[in-house]
Amino acid sequence: MNIVVCVKYVPDATADRHFEDDNTVDRVGVDGLLSELDEYAVEQALQLKEKNEGTEVTVLTVGPEQAVDAIRKGLQMGADKGVHVVDDSIAGSDALATSLVLAEAIKKVDHDLVVCGMASTDGAMGVVPAMLAERLGLPQVTLGSVIEMQGKEVRIKRDGDTATEIIGGTAPLVLSVTDQSGEARYPSFKGIMAAKKKPVETWSLSDLGVDASQVGLSAAWSQVEDTAARPPRTQGEIVADEDGSGAKALAEFLASKKFI
Amino acid sequence: MTEILVLVDHVDGAVRKTTNELLTIARRLGEPSAVFIGSPSDDAVAALKGFGAEKVYVVDDAEVKGYLVAPKAEVLHQLVEKTSPGAVLISSNAEGKEIAGRLAVKTDSGLITDAVDVQEGPVTTQSVFAGSYTVQAKVTKGTPVITVKPNAATPEQAEGAGAVEQVAVTVSDAAKAAKIVASEPRKATGRPELTEAAIVVSGGRGTGGNFEPVEHFADALGAAVGASRAAVDSGWYPHSFQVGQTGKTVSPQLYVAAGISGAIQHRAGMQTSKTIVAINKDEEAPLFELVDFGVVGDLHAVLPAATEEVNKRKG
Repeated sequence: MNIVVCVKYVPDATADRHFEDDNTVDRVGVDGLLSELDEYAVEQALQLKEKNEGTEVTVLTVGPEQAVDAIRKGLQMGADKGVHVVDDSIAGSDALATSLVLAEAIKKVDHDLVVCGMASTDGAMGVVPAMLAERLGLPQVTLGSVIEMQGKEVRIKRDGDTATEIIGGTAPLVLSVTDQSGEARYPSFKGIMAAKKKPVETWSLSDLGVDASQVGLSAAWSQVEDTAARPPRTQGEIVADEDGSGAKALAEFLASKKFI
Repeated sequence: MTEILVLVDHVDGAVRKTTNELLTIARRLGEPSAVFIGSPSDDAVAALKGFGAEKVYVVDDAEVKGYLVAPKAEVLHQLVEKTSPGAVLISSNAEGKEIAGRLAVKTDSGLITDAVDVQEGPVTTQSVFAGSYTVQAKVTKGTPVITVKPNAATPEQAEGAGAVEQVAVTVSDAAKAAKIVASEPRKATGRPELTEAAIVVSGGRGTGGNFEPVEHFADALGAAVGASRAAVDSGWYPHSFQVGQTGKTVSPQLYVAAGISGAIQHRAGMQTSKTIVAINKDEEAPLFELVDFGVVGDLHAVLPAATEEVNKRKG
């Protein structure tokens, strides 16, 4: 079985994330890493590999040069090889363009399963897995918190907004997994050493047959007109609870704001 | 005036409040047309009409029910072809965003998700990077597809024509490739829905697994109950109540955090609440930096006493 895991290199959420002058996310001036939510996708791919002998896991990313770090992390965790699509004209792409590039790259790699995280930790739209299914014409089995595979049949538990559902589909398909699917493993020392020898291919847009005019900021289907840092919240009154004084003060505050 | 398509979010025919908000927003952009996938009751049609729907497109769900997301995107695609709308508005929940993503690809249109406001243009406002930035954006290609968060607008009643039109659509076999094998509706709690509630009371690690004080305080305030990821991961409260980056994002009038230290992932889910209150034993808890009011104390003592106090004041 061949599994392609799509991962994203994102600015560290605990760092000072900000925008560039052209209203795109600064992806170079802020420390980046493999999106935490994509670690769950790598983990599920590796668990499926362990249960299905002869499985090969490819980690795929689209992003600037440093994005290869995200692939490295996946390889250290235990994936077999990497594909990095890097091209200056991709910078500033929105989800539609990103899904286009990912889909074209996936078509060039043997795939029974395309596995994604539930969302990125920067854009956080959570739409790329559905867009990939649409572009690739594959079944969409998304937002799984429990993943099972028997032969070509995939079943997931999906905790929807109003119901918990069991979703089933037949591979090849697009699978996305949530952070409820199980802790991602840490790379072992052996894994870190082994990753250094694992192959990473670098592809440009021309390798994929995608025209540069289809992607990037100028071709984006939507445009950010303005970004503004939200003014920091100012700390209000903090009281220490002594013999029930806290509860009284709290009720007083809520009443003053007309919540009672 | 151009039509604005609003996908009706309903549970077995009961129209959810977010749909009224979408219809209210749609009136700023053009003439709202509701798209109801299923068989609406007279009450449901009246409700849509009451919030300004000029038309109600009704699509039989025989070919839609039982499959995940893809058929609904096909239905909307065919309605977009038929009506050439000025925009398509969809509720910003997991399914709504996935439908929107597929629709944007099908119609080669721009997509904006998680709008907290939509004004004429349409120009959207989004809250990004864990609520630390506000972004204004617009779609530049095709038919704007916009998913809108709960509480993005106050629903305003306005009588529309509410003309019901049955629409026949075809659903491809490919769209029926992912099946809903089983479905278990979420149990009703009797409390307001988390993302729609005006007041949310959440509990975290500090509850030690006992959510009773949190629930009682919530009930005194008529609030929804939420939980931090730590509480959910410990198995103390169901995941569907998780507030934060990978759970629900809430933006209520009042958010009360009890025994929650306030990791960035949690803040991402509640930072835009109007008023924030925290109760925590640890005066160093980072969440105190954000609060309008904070109590340093044990929630197991403070919340029951506060519940009593609230009930007394309510008389």
